[in-house]
Amino acid sequence: MELFANQVLAGIATGAIYACMALAVVMIYQAIDHLNFAQGEMAMFSTFVSWQLMQWGVPYWGAFVLTVAFSFAAGIVIERLLFKPLAKAPILTNVAGFIALYAIINSVAGLIWDFTIKQYPTPFGSSPFLGSQLISTHQAGMIGITLLMLLLLFFFFRFTRVGLAMRAAASLPESARLVGINTSWMIALGWGMASAIGSIAGMMIAPVVFLEPNMMLGVLIYGFAAAVLGGLTSPFGAVMGGFLVGIFENLVGTYIPGVGNELKLPIALALIIVVLVVKPAGLFGRAIVKRV
Amino acid sequence: MSAAEEIVTEAPAVEAVPKRAMTLGYGTSLVVLAALILIPLFVKNFIIFQMTMLLIYALAVMALNILTGGSGQFSLGQSAFYAVGAYTSAILMEHAGMNYALTLPIAGIVCFGFGFLFGQPALRLSGVYLALATFALATAMPQLLKLGYFEHWTGGVQGLVVTKPDAPFGLPLSQDMWLYYFTLAVSIAIYVASVNLLRSRSGRAFMAIRDNEIAASAMGVDVALYKTLAFGVSAGITGVAGGLGAIAVQFVAPDGYTIQLAISLFLGMVVGGVGWLPGSIVGSAFIIFVPNIAEGISKGLSGAVFGVLLFLVIFLVPHGARQVAIVAQQLAAKLKKN
Repeated sequence: MELFANQVLAGIATGAIYACMALAVVMIYQAIDHLNFAQGEMAMFSTFVSWQLMQWGVPYWGAFVLTVAFSFAAGIVIERLLFKPLAKAPILTNVAGFIALYAIINSVAGLIWDFTIKQYPTPFGSSPFLGSQLISTHQAGMIGITLLMLLLLFFFFRFTRVGLAMRAAASLPESARLVGINTSWMIALGWGMASAIGSIAGMMIAPVVFLEPNMMLGVLIYGFAAAVLGGLTSPFGAVMGGFLVGIFENLVGTYIPGVGNELKLPIALALIIVVLVVKPAGLFGRAIVKRV
Repeated sequence: MSAAEEIVTEAPAVEAVPKRAMTLGYGTSLVVLAALILIPLFVKNFIIFQMTMLLIYALAVMALNILTGGSGQFSLGQSAFYAVGAYTSAILMEHAGMNYALTLPIAGIVCFGFGFLFGQPALRLSGVYLALATFALATAMPQLLKLGYFEHWTGGVQGLVVTKPDAPFGLPLSQDMWLYYFTLAVSIAIYVASVNLLRSRSGRAFMAIRDNEIAASAMGVDVALYKTLAFGVSAGITGVAGGLGAIAVQFVAPDGYTIQLAISLFLGMVVGGVGWLPGSIVGSAFIIFVPNIAEGISKGLSGAVFGVLLFLVIFLVPHGARQVAIVAQQLAAKLKKN
């Protein structure tokens, strides 16, 4: 029983990484109805920017705030320049665009900061949290930040005019336009927010997985799995999905013999497929009903 | 976040391409064919090898094109089918000592079965969800091939070495050239079969599903059957391409069939023009040669150059090579009038 409890705790600790990323995935899905395959790379680039700022002597929280602001602006710029002209194009073209963006960001980051692994600082320290060996203060801090972001998002979408306008623009664009909402800018705002959330996720994840241009690939796939499990329409579901994927991954690794590290990824992916087939809307998502 | 969504405001996932617009005219086809037959006679072995790969990837891109351009379903997982085909051929040749030409139909049938079965769960998914599920399949495939249980057959991480076949009947052809003409013959056969498939009753059923699933089922099209069938056919052709690829490269290993390959094939389809079968060869040329060109322009930034080129294609010719072909045709018609 103690082994079980420990594994669950360790699962929650890794799950926090996925939850962070899943939150960014859901955010962009809400805004543009597509999954952004370049999301992970955008987060990686932001993390490198914050690292560079710290190298130049900016203190951690200063770099943190500057990076989030930069990412927000960069997300909007990318949307305005590259994806606004594609708004009416078929999904296929958009997916190709995401892949192109992925290649560009990955390659530019590799050129500026090269592919060696870098240490990344944590503001929370890495001593054991409350005397437990399985979860460090950094991981606890990360869980805290994720839950805080979730709470802020909830308040933003629930109680602000902009949040309401964004929800309207996402669910019924035509009607939203008729009541005077600038739906095009709401999408840009969605990109900005997703990019900012992604940058926070990146800065929280980097101390765990180390900083390098390819650090996000695996994390993004788990983030997708988490978002799908929780439901792509629900930020709360995405965070819960992240923790569940982390716990699931750890328990499978412990209790099912023969599942080594190399099988962990296929299991996460099998999870995606099973969830999509059994409950396409996810655990906490709402089914979309289409009018024909 | 409401539970209802207006379907009218949505851009269609795949634009409707009429079936006559899916192929080339008779004359143009013959010119392309003549070029494909004659060029290898005048170039070096390495270029012949590259042309073989061009045809093989063109087959794989065309298979995806039948799935997406024909029946309107996505796939980012074609590399998985390609890998299964390659391994089927390699294992049959190396462990069972079978003739290389005989392994191809078997690879095709195995992949058809695999694709048909994978099409069953994929039935419940559409659009971005289907892309995600197939993406998962493609990422999982190399890991599955590395598994210890199959190591006796697959050679594990090391992979398998395949012997290159000689020209039969003592024909005075180099191995590369023989393999090229063999691949060309197989490709033409599959191309003709695919064009006929899309013109047949089944092809019309695919297109009806692509254009409007509900209307198609109301007309009596068995949507579930034809959707899985499209997956099966696409996987089968990809499997044959994979088998040919294994013979041409003389080597199969799990890391040759990563998600990178699936993404390349997808890009090849977009560049070639979705739903335009001859575009497959243009798309294939894009994915084989453009990374090299990008590397030539700047070593460190090859990924970025590739991405920028891709964006240029998306913005300037969103319908890919098909659009270029149509513009060229109109120009030719104008010149004739004058």
